[in-house]
Amino acid sequence: MAQDRPTAAELVEAVREFLEHDVMATSTDKRVQFHARVAANALGMVERELTNGRELVAAERVRAAALLGHDDEVGLLERELAARIRGGSLDDRLDAVRDHVRATVREKLLVANPGYLPEAPSA
Amino acid sequence: MARPPDPEALARAIAATCGDGSVVDLRRLSGGASRETWSFDLADANGGRRGFVLRRDPGEYGGESDRSTEYLVCEAAAAAGVAVPTVRVLLRAEDDLGRGFVMDRVEGETIPRRILRDDEYAAARPRLAAQCGEIAARIHAIDPATLPRLPEQSAPTQLDQYRSLLDTFGEPHPAFELGLRWLAERVPSPPSRPELVHGDFRNGNFIVGPEGIRAVLDWELAHLGDPVEDLGWLCVKSWRFGVADKLVGGFGTVPDLVAAYERAGGRKVDENTLRFWVALGTLKWGVICVGQAFTHLNGFVRSVELATLGRRVAETEWDLLEILDGGW
Repeated sequence: MAQDRPTAAELVEAVREFLEHDVMATSTDKRVQFHARVAANALGMVERELTNGRELVAAERVRAAALLGHDDEVGLLERELAARIRGGSLDDRLDAVRDHVRATVREKLLVANPGYLPEAPSA
Repeated sequence: MARPPDPEALARAIAATCGDGSVVDLRRLSGGASRETWSFDLADANGGRRGFVLRRDPGEYGGESDRSTEYLVCEAAAAAGVAVPTVRVLLRAEDDLGRGFVMDRVEGETIPRRILRDDEYAAARPRLAAQCGEIAARIHAIDPATLPRLPEQSAPTQLDQYRSLLDTFGEPHPAFELGLRWLAERVPSPPSRPELVHGDFRNGNFIVGPEGIRAVLDWELAHLGDPVEDLGWLCVKSWRFGVADKLVGGFGTVPDLVAAYERAGGRKVDENTLRFWVALGTLKWGVICVGQAFTHLNGFVRSVELATLGRRVAETEWDLLEILDGGW
Protein backbone atom coordinates (compact mmCIF):
# COMPACT_ATOMS: atom_id res chain seq x y z
CA MET A 1 0.00 0.00 0.00
CA ALA A 2 1.23 3.43 -0.87
CA GLN A 3 2.25 5.50 2.12
CA ASP A 4 0.76 8.89 2.83
CA ARG A 5 2.75 12.05 2.23
CA PRO A 6 5.35 12.98 3.16
CA THR A 7 7.31 10.66 0.90
CA ALA A 8 10.53 9.11 2.17
CA ALA A 9 12.51 11.86 0.45
CA GLU A 10 10.31 14.53 2.00
CA LEU A 11 10.73 13.04 5.47
CA VAL A 12 14.49 12.97 5.08
CA GLU A 13 14.38 16.55 3.85
CA ALA A 14 12.44 17.59 6.96
CA VAL A 15 15.02 15.98 9.24
CA ARG A 16 17.88 17.58 7.31
CA GLU A 17 16.26 20.99 7.68
CA PHE A 18 15.84 20.40 11.41
CA LEU A 19 19.56 19.64 11.67
CA GLU A 20 20.52 22.66 9.58
CA HIS A 21 18.15 25.21 11.06
CA ASP A 22 17.74 24.08 14.67
CA VAL A 23 20.64 21.90 15.79
CA MET A 24 23.44 23.66 13.94
CA ALA A 25 22.12 27.13 14.70
CA THR A 26 21.53 26.63 18.40
CA SER A 27 24.15 24.14 19.58
CA THR A 28 27.12 25.72 21.31
CA ASP A 29 29.09 22.46 21.28
CA LYS A 30 31.48 22.55 18.31
CA ARG A 31 31.55 18.76 18.00
CA VAL A 32 27.76 18.61 17.87
CA GLN A 33 27.68 21.42 15.30
CA PHE A 34 30.23 19.63 13.16
CA HIS A 35 28.48 16.27 13.36
CA ALA A 36 25.11 17.92 12.69
CA ARG A 37 26.58 19.36 9.50
CA VAL A 38 27.98 15.96 8.52
CA ALA A 39 24.61 14.35 9.29
CA ALA A 40 22.74 16.97 7.25
CA ASN A 41 25.09 16.27 4.34
CA ALA A 42 24.41 12.55 4.70
CA LEU A 43 20.67 13.18 4.52
CA GLY A 44 21.23 15.28 1.41
CA MET A 45 22.78 12.19 -0.15
CA VAL A 46 19.80 10.09 0.86
CA GLU A 47 17.41 12.64 -0.69
CA ARG A 48 19.31 12.62 -3.98
CA GLU A 49 19.51 8.83 -3.97
CA LEU A 50 15.77 8.48 -3.33
CA THR A 51 15.07 10.92 -6.15
CA ASN A 52 17.59 9.80 -8.80
CA GLY A 53 19.11 6.54 -7.60
CA ARG A 54 16.94 4.13 -9.55
CA GLU A 55 17.55 5.91 -12.83
CA LEU A 56 21.31 6.11 -12.25
CA VAL A 57 21.60 2.41 -11.41
CA ALA A 58 19.60 1.49 -14.51
CA ALA A 59 21.98 3.45 -16.73
CA GLU A 60 24.99 1.86 -15.04
CA ARG A 61 23.57 -1.61 -15.53
CA VAL A 62 22.91 -1.13 -19.25
CA ARG A 63 26.49 0.06 -19.80
CA ALA A 64 28.09 -2.67 -17.67
CA ALA A 65 26.06 -5.39 -19.35
CA ALA A 66 27.10 -4.17 -22.80
CA LEU A 67 30.73 -4.10 -21.72
CA LEU A 68 30.70 -7.58 -20.19
CA GLY A 69 28.41 -9.20 -22.77
CA HIS A 70 25.70 -10.33 -20.36
CA ASP A 71 23.15 -8.90 -17.97
CA ASP A 72 22.91 -9.40 -14.22
CA GLU A 73 22.20 -7.52 -11.00
CA VAL A 74 24.30 -4.35 -11.10
CA GLY A 75 26.39 -5.16 -8.01
CA LEU A 76 27.42 -8.48 -9.53
CA LEU A 77 28.29 -6.82 -12.83
CA GLU A 78 30.52 -4.32 -11.04
CA ARG A 79 32.15 -7.13 -9.08
CA GLU A 80 32.88 -9.01 -12.29
CA LEU A 81 34.18 -5.83 -13.88
CA ALA A 82 36.58 -5.18 -10.99
CA ALA A 83 37.88 -8.75 -11.08
CA ARG A 84 38.35 -8.71 -14.86
CA ILE A 85 40.19 -5.39 -14.83
CA ARG A 86 42.56 -6.88 -12.29
CA GLY A 87 42.89 -10.15 -14.19
CA GLY A 88 43.63 -8.37 -17.46
CA SER A 89 40.86 -9.96 -19.53
CA LEU A 90 39.47 -6.54 -20.51
CA ASP A 91 42.79 -5.17 -21.69
CA ASP A 92 41.57 -5.26 -25.30
CA ARG A 93 38.91 -2.64 -24.51
CA LEU A 94 40.39 -0.55 -21.74
CA ASP A 95 39.19 2.72 -23.28
CA ALA A 96 35.59 1.51 -23.16
CA VAL A 97 36.14 0.25 -19.61
CA ARG A 98 37.50 3.60 -18.53
CA ASP A 99 34.57 5.45 -20.13
CA HIS A 100 32.14 3.25 -18.24
CA VAL A 101 33.98 3.55 -14.93
CA ARG A 102 34.20 7.31 -15.26
CA ALA A 103 30.46 7.49 -15.96
CA THR A 104 29.75 5.34 -12.91
CA VAL A 105 31.92 7.45 -10.63
CA ARG A 106 30.16 10.53 -11.98
CA GLU A 107 26.80 8.94 -11.11
CA LYS A 108 28.01 8.19 -7.59
CA LEU A 109 29.05 11.82 -7.22
CA LEU A 110 25.68 13.04 -8.49
CA VAL A 111 24.30 11.45 -5.33
CA ALA A 112 27.20 11.84 -2.89
CA ASN A 113 28.49 15.32 -3.74
CA PRO A 114 27.30 16.91 -7.00
CA GLY A 115 29.35 20.02 -6.25
CA TYR A 116 32.52 17.98 -6.75
CA LEU A 117 31.87 17.53 -10.46
CA PRO A 118 33.39 20.09 -12.80
CA GLU A 119 30.00 20.78 -14.39
CA ALA A 120 28.73 21.34 -10.78
CA PRO A 121 24.98 21.00 -11.29
CA SER A 122 23.08 22.96 -8.69
CA ALA A 123 22.13 20.50 -5.97
CA MET B 1 34.61 9.45 24.69
CA ALA B 2 38.25 9.68 25.80
CA ARG B 3 39.01 9.82 29.51
CA PRO B 4 41.20 12.85 30.29
CA PRO B 5 44.64 12.09 31.73
CA ASP B 6 45.00 12.67 35.47
CA PRO B 7 46.52 16.19 35.82
CA GLU B 8 48.49 15.24 38.93
CA ALA B 9 49.98 12.15 37.34
CA LEU B 10 50.87 14.27 34.31
CA ALA B 11 52.58 16.93 36.46
CA ARG B 12 54.58 14.17 38.24
CA ALA B 13 55.59 12.53 34.95
CA ILE B 14 57.12 15.70 33.49
CA ALA B 15 58.48 17.30 36.68
CA ALA B 16 62.02 15.97 36.30
CA THR B 17 62.35 17.33 32.75
CA CYS B 18 60.06 20.36 32.65
CA GLY B 19 60.10 21.47 36.29
CA ASP B 20 57.59 21.43 39.12
CA GLY B 21 54.19 22.92 38.66
CA SER B 22 50.56 22.11 38.29
CA VAL B 23 48.78 21.06 35.13
CA VAL B 24 46.04 23.50 34.17
CA ASP B 25 43.79 24.20 31.17
CA LEU B 26 43.83 20.56 30.15
CA ARG B 27 41.72 20.13 27.02
CA ARG B 28 41.39 17.69 24.15
CA LEU B 29 42.53 18.99 20.79
CA SER B 30 40.39 18.18 17.78
CA GLY B 31 41.27 15.50 15.28
CA GLY B 32 42.90 12.12 15.52
CA ALA B 33 40.60 9.15 15.97
CA SER B 34 43.65 6.91 16.25
CA ARG B 35 45.60 9.18 18.59
CA GLU B 36 44.61 11.37 21.49
CA THR B 37 46.16 14.80 21.77
CA TRP B 38 45.71 16.93 24.88
CA SER B 39 46.84 20.49 25.36
CA PHE B 40 47.77 21.78 28.80
CA ASP B 41 49.77 24.45 30.61
CA LEU B 42 52.28 23.82 33.33
CA ALA B 43 51.88 26.60 35.91
CA ASP B 44 54.83 27.02 38.26
CA ALA B 45 54.95 28.63 41.72
CA ASN B 46 56.30 31.93 40.29
CA GLY B 47 53.30 32.44 38.08
CA GLY B 48 55.08 31.20 34.96
CA ARG B 49 53.20 29.12 32.41
CA ARG B 50 54.42 26.92 29.58
CA GLY B 51 52.29 25.18 27.00
CA PHE B 52 52.61 21.45 26.29
CA VAL B 53 50.87 18.77 24.29
CA LEU B 54 50.38 15.18 25.36
CA ARG B 55 50.09 12.75 22.48
CA ARG B 56 49.07 9.24 23.42
CA ASP B 57 47.40 6.06 22.23
CA PRO B 58 43.74 5.87 23.17
CA GLY B 59 43.22 3.35 25.94
CA GLU B 60 40.58 1.39 24.09
CA TYR B 61 42.99 0.38 21.31
CA GLY B 62 46.34 -0.37 22.95
CA GLY B 63 48.70 -2.90 21.56
CA GLU B 64 50.40 -2.55 18.25
CA SER B 65 51.60 1.01 18.06
CA ASP B 66 54.79 2.28 19.57
CA ARG B 67 54.97 5.93 20.58
CA SER B 68 58.65 5.64 21.43
CA THR B 69 59.52 5.34 17.74
CA GLU B 70 57.68 8.55 16.94
CA TYR B 71 59.40 10.25 19.87
CA LEU B 72 62.85 9.22 18.63
CA VAL B 73 62.08 10.25 15.03
CA CYS B 74 61.03 13.70 16.28
CA GLU B 75 64.28 13.97 18.23
CA ALA B 76 66.35 13.06 15.17
CA ALA B 77 64.36 15.49 13.01
CA ALA B 78 64.91 18.33 15.50
CA ALA B 79 68.63 17.54 15.61
CA ALA B 80 68.71 17.79 11.81
CA GLY B 81 67.14 21.24 11.91
CA VAL B 82 63.63 20.25 10.88
CA ALA B 83 60.93 22.41 12.47
CA VAL B 84 59.17 20.05 14.89
CA PRO B 85 57.71 20.61 18.34
CA THR B 86 60.46 19.78 20.84
CA VAL B 87 59.65 16.43 22.44
CA ARG B 88 60.23 16.45 26.19
CA VAL B 89 59.12 13.28 27.97
CA LEU B 90 58.41 9.76 26.80
CA LEU B 91 55.84 8.30 29.19
CA ARG B 92 56.86 5.22 31.16
CA ALA B 93 54.57 2.46 32.37
CA GLU B 94 54.88 3.68 35.97
CA ASP B 95 53.52 7.11 34.97
CA ASP B 96 50.17 5.37 34.56
CA LEU B 97 49.14 7.71 31.73
CA GLY B 98 49.15 5.24 28.87
CA ARG B 99 51.57 5.13 25.98
CA GLY B 100 52.62 8.49 24.67
CA PHE B 101 54.86 11.49 25.01
CA VAL B 102 54.82 15.14 25.95
CA MET B 103 56.08 17.87 23.64
CA ASP B 104 56.14 21.65 23.57
CA ARG B 105 52.98 23.29 22.30
CA VAL B 106 53.72 25.35 19.21
CA GLU B 107 51.15 28.11 18.76
CA GLY B 108 49.60 28.53 15.35
CA GLU B 109 46.95 27.19 13.01
CA THR B 110 46.63 23.61 11.73
CA ILE B 111 43.12 23.71 10.27
CA PRO B 112 43.60 23.64 6.49
CA ARG B 113 40.49 25.64 5.58
CA ARG B 114 41.64 28.49 7.81
CA ILE B 115 45.19 28.36 6.51
CA LEU B 116 43.84 28.52 2.95
CA ARG B 117 41.23 31.22 3.52
CA ASP B 118 41.89 33.43 6.55
CA ASP B 119 43.41 36.87 5.95
CA GLU B 120 45.90 36.23 8.73
CA TYR B 121 47.76 33.74 6.52
CA ALA B 122 47.44 35.63 3.23
CA ALA B 123 51.09 36.67 3.26
CA ALA B 124 52.27 33.19 4.25
CA ARG B 125 50.31 31.27 1.62
CA PRO B 126 52.47 32.09 -1.43
CA ARG B 127 55.54 30.98 0.53
CA LEU B 128 54.23 27.67 1.87
CA ALA B 129 55.01 25.49 -1.16
CA ALA B 130 58.67 26.53 -1.18
CA GLN B 131 58.86 26.09 2.58
CA CYS B 132 57.45 22.59 2.20
CA GLY B 133 60.15 21.86 -0.36
CA GLU B 134 62.91 23.06 1.95
CA ILE B 135 61.55 21.16 4.95
CA ALA B 136 61.09 17.97 2.93
CA ALA B 137 64.67 18.18 1.66
CA ARG B 138 65.89 18.48 5.23
CA ILE B 139 63.79 15.51 6.36
CA HIS B 140 65.03 13.34 3.50
CA ALA B 141 68.64 14.24 4.23
CA ILE B 142 68.46 12.82 7.77
CA ASP B 143 71.00 10.04 8.18
CA PRO B 144 69.01 6.82 8.72
CA ALA B 145 71.71 5.78 11.22
CA THR B 146 70.38 8.44 13.62
CA LEU B 147 66.87 6.97 13.50
CA PRO B 148 65.13 4.19 15.39
CA ARG B 149 64.37 1.06 13.40
CA LEU B 150 61.73 1.97 10.82
CA PRO B 151 59.90 -0.19 8.31
CA GLU B 152 60.96 0.09 4.69
CA GLN B 153 57.94 0.75 2.48
CA SER B 154 58.81 0.73 -1.19
CA ALA B 155 56.35 1.56 -3.97
CA PRO B 156 55.67 -2.11 -4.84
CA THR B 157 55.21 -2.96 -1.14
CA GLN B 158 52.62 -0.21 -0.77
CA LEU B 159 50.80 -1.23 -3.94
CA ASP B 160 50.49 -4.80 -2.63
CA GLN B 161 49.51 -3.55 0.81
CA TYR B 162 46.67 -1.35 -0.42
CA ARG B 163 45.45 -3.91 -2.96
CA SER B 164 45.18 -6.44 -0.11
CA LEU B 165 43.56 -3.91 2.19
CA LEU B 166 40.96 -3.08 -0.47
CA ASP B 167 40.18 -6.80 -0.79
CA THR B 168 39.42 -7.13 2.92
CA PHE B 169 36.33 -4.91 2.49
CA GLY B 170 34.82 -7.07 -0.23
CA GLU B 171 33.38 -4.14 -2.21
CA PRO B 172 34.13 -3.79 -5.92
CA HIS B 173 35.89 -0.57 -6.93
CA PRO B 174 36.60 -0.73 -10.66
CA ALA B 175 38.14 2.77 -10.58
CA PHE B 176 40.70 1.60 -8.03
CA GLU B 177 41.37 -1.51 -10.13
CA LEU B 178 42.16 0.73 -13.10
CA GLY B 179 44.41 2.76 -10.82
CA LEU B 180 46.20 -0.32 -9.51
CA ARG B 181 46.86 -1.54 -13.05
CA TRP B 182 48.13 1.89 -14.12
CA LEU B 183 50.38 2.15 -11.07
CA ALA B 184 51.78 -1.38 -11.42
CA GLU B 185 52.94 -0.50 -14.94
CA ARG B 186 54.68 2.67 -13.76
CA VAL B 187 56.53 1.73 -10.59
CA PRO B 188 59.48 4.13 -10.47
CA SER B 189 62.98 2.80 -10.00
CA PRO B 190 63.78 2.88 -6.29
CA PRO B 191 66.17 5.48 -4.86
CA SER B 192 69.81 4.38 -4.59
CA ARG B 193 69.27 4.10 -0.85
CA PRO B 194 65.96 4.41 1.00
CA GLU B 195 65.49 7.72 2.78
CA LEU B 196 63.40 8.86 5.73
CA VAL B 197 59.87 9.55 4.55
CA HIS B 198 57.58 11.50 6.88
CA GLY B 199 54.58 9.55 5.62
CA ASP B 200 51.84 12.12 6.27
CA PHE B 201 53.42 15.31 4.94
CA ARG B 202 50.40 17.43 4.01
CA ASN B 203 48.28 20.46 4.74
CA GLY B 204 46.68 19.65 8.09
CA ASN B 205 49.91 18.45 9.66
CA PHE B 206 51.65 21.82 9.55
CA ILE B 207 51.42 24.43 12.28
CA VAL B 208 51.26 27.71 10.40
CA GLY B 209 51.68 31.28 11.59
CA PRO B 210 51.38 34.53 9.64
CA GLU B 211 55.02 34.11 8.61
CA GLY B 212 54.75 30.49 7.43
CA ILE B 213 55.28 26.94 8.66
CA ARG B 214 56.35 26.71 12.29
CA ALA B 215 56.37 22.96 12.80
CA VAL B 216 55.63 19.64 11.13
CA LEU B 217 53.39 17.28 13.13
CA ASP B 218 52.29 13.65 13.12
CA TRP B 219 55.38 11.54 12.54
CA GLU B 220 53.69 8.27 13.36
CA LEU B 221 53.76 7.03 9.76
CA ALA B 222 57.49 7.73 9.27
CA HIS B 223 59.26 5.00 7.30
CA LEU B 224 62.12 4.45 4.90
CA GLY B 225 61.43 4.61 1.21
CA ASP B 226 61.25 6.86 -1.84
CA PRO B 227 61.36 10.51 -0.71
CA VAL B 228 59.19 11.60 -3.64
CA GLU B 229 56.35 9.88 -1.76
CA ASP B 230 56.19 12.87 0.62
CA LEU B 231 56.02 15.37 -2.24
CA GLY B 232 53.34 13.34 -4.01
CA TRP B 233 51.20 12.99 -0.89
CA LEU B 234 51.39 16.76 -0.36
CA CYS B 235 49.84 17.22 -3.84
CA VAL B 236 46.94 14.77 -3.42
CA LYS B 237 43.76 16.65 -4.28
CA SER B 238 42.00 15.78 -1.01
CA TRP B 239 44.66 17.83 0.81
CA ARG B 240 43.90 20.92 -1.26
CA PHE B 241 40.67 21.35 0.70
CA GLY B 242 38.68 22.85 -2.12
CA VAL B 243 41.42 25.00 -3.67
CA ALA B 244 41.97 22.50 -6.47
CA ASP B 245 43.97 24.71 -8.82
CA LYS B 246 46.77 25.13 -6.27
CA LEU B 247 48.22 21.66 -6.61
CA VAL B 248 50.44 21.80 -3.55
CA GLY B 249 48.24 21.65 -0.46
CA GLY B 250 45.78 24.17 -1.91
CA PHE B 251 48.39 26.90 -1.44
CA GLY B 252 51.12 26.55 -4.07
CA THR B 253 52.51 25.23 -7.32
CA VAL B 254 54.53 22.15 -8.18
CA PRO B 255 57.37 24.19 -9.78
CA ASP B 256 57.71 26.22 -6.55
CA LEU B 257 57.77 23.06 -4.45
CA VAL B 258 60.22 21.17 -6.64
CA ALA B 259 62.58 24.11 -7.21
CA ALA B 260 62.86 24.78 -3.47
CA TYR B 261 63.28 21.07 -2.76
CA GLU B 262 66.13 20.68 -5.24
CA ARG B 263 67.76 23.95 -4.18
CA ALA B 264 67.74 22.76 -0.57
CA GLY B 265 69.60 19.59 -1.49
CA GLY B 266 66.77 17.20 -2.38
CA ARG B 267 67.36 14.74 -5.21
CA LYS B 268 66.17 15.83 -8.64
CA VAL B 269 62.45 15.13 -8.89
CA ASP B 270 61.31 13.24 -11.96
CA GLU B 271 57.84 14.36 -13.03
CA ASN B 272 56.65 10.83 -13.79
CA THR B 273 57.78 9.66 -10.36
CA LEU B 274 55.92 12.54 -8.75
CA ARG B 275 52.81 11.72 -10.78
CA PHE B 276 53.09 8.08 -9.70
CA TRP B 277 53.15 9.06 -6.03
CA VAL B 278 50.26 11.52 -6.39
CA ALA B 279 48.23 8.72 -7.98
CA LEU B 280 49.24 6.17 -5.34
CA GLY B 281 48.51 8.71 -2.59
CA THR B 282 45.05 9.33 -4.05
CA LEU B 283 44.38 5.59 -4.18
CA LYS B 284 45.67 5.11 -0.63
CA TRP B 285 43.43 7.85 0.74
CA GLY B 286 40.48 6.37 -1.14
CA VAL B 287 41.09 2.92 0.32
CA ILE B 288 41.54 4.44 3.78
CA CYS B 289 38.15 6.16 3.40
CA VAL B 290 36.56 2.80 2.55
CA GLY B 291 38.19 1.46 5.70
CA GLN B 292 36.88 4.33 7.80
CA ALA B 293 33.34 3.60 6.66
CA PHE B 294 33.79 -0.05 7.59
CA THR B 295 35.17 0.94 10.98
CA HIS B 296 31.67 2.31 11.50
CA LEU B 297 29.80 -0.45 9.64
CA ASN B 298 31.58 -3.22 11.54
CA GLY B 299 30.72 -1.49 14.80
CA PHE B 300 34.28 -0.77 16.03
CA VAL B 301 33.50 2.94 16.24
CA ARG B 302 29.97 4.11 15.46
CA SER B 303 30.15 7.59 13.95
CA VAL B 304 28.17 9.52 11.35
CA GLU B 305 31.44 11.14 10.27
CA LEU B 306 33.14 7.79 9.56
CA ALA B 307 29.99 6.48 7.89
CA THR B 308 29.79 9.33 5.39
CA LEU B 309 33.46 8.92 4.42
CA GLY B 310 32.28 5.81 2.56
CA ARG B 311 30.40 8.07 0.18
CA ARG B 312 33.38 10.37 -0.29
CA VAL B 313 35.37 7.51 -1.79
CA ALA B 314 33.86 8.46 -5.17
CA GLU B 315 35.74 11.79 -4.94
CA THR B 316 39.07 9.98 -4.73
CA GLU B 317 38.03 7.67 -7.58
CA TRP B 318 37.24 10.72 -9.68
CA ASP B 319 40.61 12.28 -8.82
CA LEU B 320 42.44 9.06 -9.64
CA LEU B 321 40.77 8.77 -13.05
CA GLU B 322 41.76 12.38 -13.77
CA ILE B 323 45.40 11.52 -13.07
CA LEU B 324 45.16 8.42 -15.30
CA ASP B 325 43.95 10.75 -18.06
CA GLY B 326 46.97 13.00 -17.63
CA GLY B 327 45.54 15.55 -15.18
CA TRP B 328 46.69 16.26 -11.63
